[in-house]
Amino acid sequence: MKSLRQHTSLWLSLGVIVVMGAWPIITGNALSRETMFTVLRSVALASSLNILLGYTGYVSFGHVVFFGLGGYVGFYLIAVQGWSLWAALLAGGVAAGLLAYLVGAAILRLRGAYFALATIGINEAVRAFINNFDPFGGPTGMTLNFKIYKLYGGPGAALQLAFYVMIGLTLAVVLLSYWVRTSKFGLGLLAIREDEDAAEVMGVTAPAAKTWAFVLSAVIPGMIGAIFFFKNGTIEPGLAFPLHTSIEMIVMIMLGGQGTVLGPILGAAGYEALRDYLLVSPVFKNIQLAISGILLLIIVLFIPRGAVGWVRQRYAKVRRWLI
Amino acid sequence: MDAILRSLIDGLLLGFVYGIAAMGLTLIWGVMNVINLSHGSLISLGMFSLYFLFTGLGIHPYLAVVITAILGLLLGIVIYAIAVHRIINAPHLSTLLATYSVNMIILGIGTAILSTSPYNVPFDLGSIKVATSVVPTTRLIAAIVAMLVAGGLYLFLQYSRLGRYIRAVTDNREAAEIVGIPSAQILAFSFGLGTMLAAISGGLIATFFPFTILAGGAYELKSFVIGVLGGLGNPVGSLFGGLILGAIEGLVPLAMPTTWTPVLEFVLFVLILLVRPTGLFGGSE
Repeated sequence: MKSLRQHTSLWLSLGVIVVMGAWPIITGNALSRETMFTVLRSVALASSLNILLGYTGYVSFGHVVFFGLGGYVGFYLIAVQGWSLWAALLAGGVAAGLLAYLVGAAILRLRGAYFALATIGINEAVRAFINNFDPFGGPTGMTLNFKIYKLYGGPGAALQLAFYVMIGLTLAVVLLSYWVRTSKFGLGLLAIREDEDAAEVMGVTAPAAKTWAFVLSAVIPGMIGAIFFFKNGTIEPGLAFPLHTSIEMIVMIMLGGQGTVLGPILGAAGYEALRDYLLVSPVFKNIQLAISGILLLIIVLFIPRGAVGWVRQRYAKVRRWLI
Repeated sequence: MDAILRSLIDGLLLGFVYGIAAMGLTLIWGVMNVINLSHGSLISLGMFSLYFLFTGLGIHPYLAVVITAILGLLLGIVIYAIAVHRIINAPHLSTLLATYSVNMIILGIGTAILSTSPYNVPFDLGSIKVATSVVPTTRLIAAIVAMLVAGGLYLFLQYSRLGRYIRAVTDNREAAEIVGIPSAQILAFSFGLGTMLAAISGGLIATFFPFTILAGGAYELKSFVIGVLGGLGNPVGSLFGGLILGAIEGLVPLAMPTTWTPVLEFVLFVLILLVRPTGLFGGSE
């Protein structure tokens, strides 16, 4: 029982995801499966970014670049080179991780807003480059030949498969996020977040730790990109690198509570639920973006720790297990 | 040779307008260390302000630019008071997100009312000869107005009492408060000035390019690049940064397809951030 209580946050997080994933499978409703696919994608992207943003304190405004690059590499390998989905999935993750490793070594030297600006620059540079890169189809992108879905039992079965993969990836992110949060490595990251210079004095090798945090936060978005565009059937630069998706990830993290395992999960689910509601509501449909903006502003101004952070601050007793 | 000169002049004229957009961004960054992510939507508002003043009320476009500037100043002060002041000392993430939420609010309301279809200010002054090339008069006037605004801002910051207050708050906010400068008001006014510059550049662009409510986003990204080229927090550097970007945009298409321009711009942007984060003309950090 002791170990169960010790890991409450982990069980809670995994439980939430399993319930979200199982719901459409049990009911067999294709529409709710599509909705859940989007929600899980957001959960996984937000939890990944949280490793960098929440634990390490570096704000990446262009994190969607890893999603887009992984998507493009995976899509290219499946559509043009005829690789299997599994190999392409791995390749998407490796490509994103490699980009994070190479770029991270350089730009993680920048602090605060300079780092944030550099990540926007990287995203725009990669997007502009792919726009000109003929093997990836340039500005028009690529489309998947529908025959490829036959290998996975036809389009319907392929969609179902993509959903299972997404559940798996989301669970993997949460395990990774929890491991980082509770490991010695993660402790080093938290120290960097509080005071990088002091952390170095205490023996944290900040450059290496930051780079690995960046890589860890990039790999799974790369794989998500690969599965997302496999399911989507087409890819183009505008779909792969939308800057606003990056910022939505940050909003989800802020909503739930940065630097906690559970926060980004609840934040992402809450954000998606809210957006769904606003999009179908006759009153708010047209000004959905403005309402989201007002909510974000209220959170930033008055509840900067997010939901889980607020509970942690308010009730000292839960702090030991609610992370 | 003629083609090069023509492209260069085209690019440089546009560069002046880019320059004052970036000046607004970098002024705010310099004074209060806030990167204003609502900059792009404010540029868009400048465009639409000019459009409605001209087509709706029949006001001459260049008078409309002046009115747009005043409206921009006031709007900036309001935005500062509502969204920025409370978190001015919080970590960067807070101000980035707060200004981005302002961006979402403006774009959300803007798209609901104006849709995202393109608008165009039906205003044409013909063409004029500059050196060996012929350019639309509106572009030449826009460049001249931008130069005047930049010069005026420089004189204002350098010699007026308010300008000196702004520079004092930029250098050291606490020390400025100790000697009796009302820093909250100065910060609000500086944010207003930054917004005013965004609105002016939007208004000027609207006199020669068609635009949508989302058009400002592209100019915001350009402003980032220019701000970093000229040194964030260095308004005069921004004007030179704008000219450099304008020249790049004018000349690159001669050597390779136009679509490569953003690749070069953003690679340059990241490189300069890494090598000289204080900008090409900046001093020490």
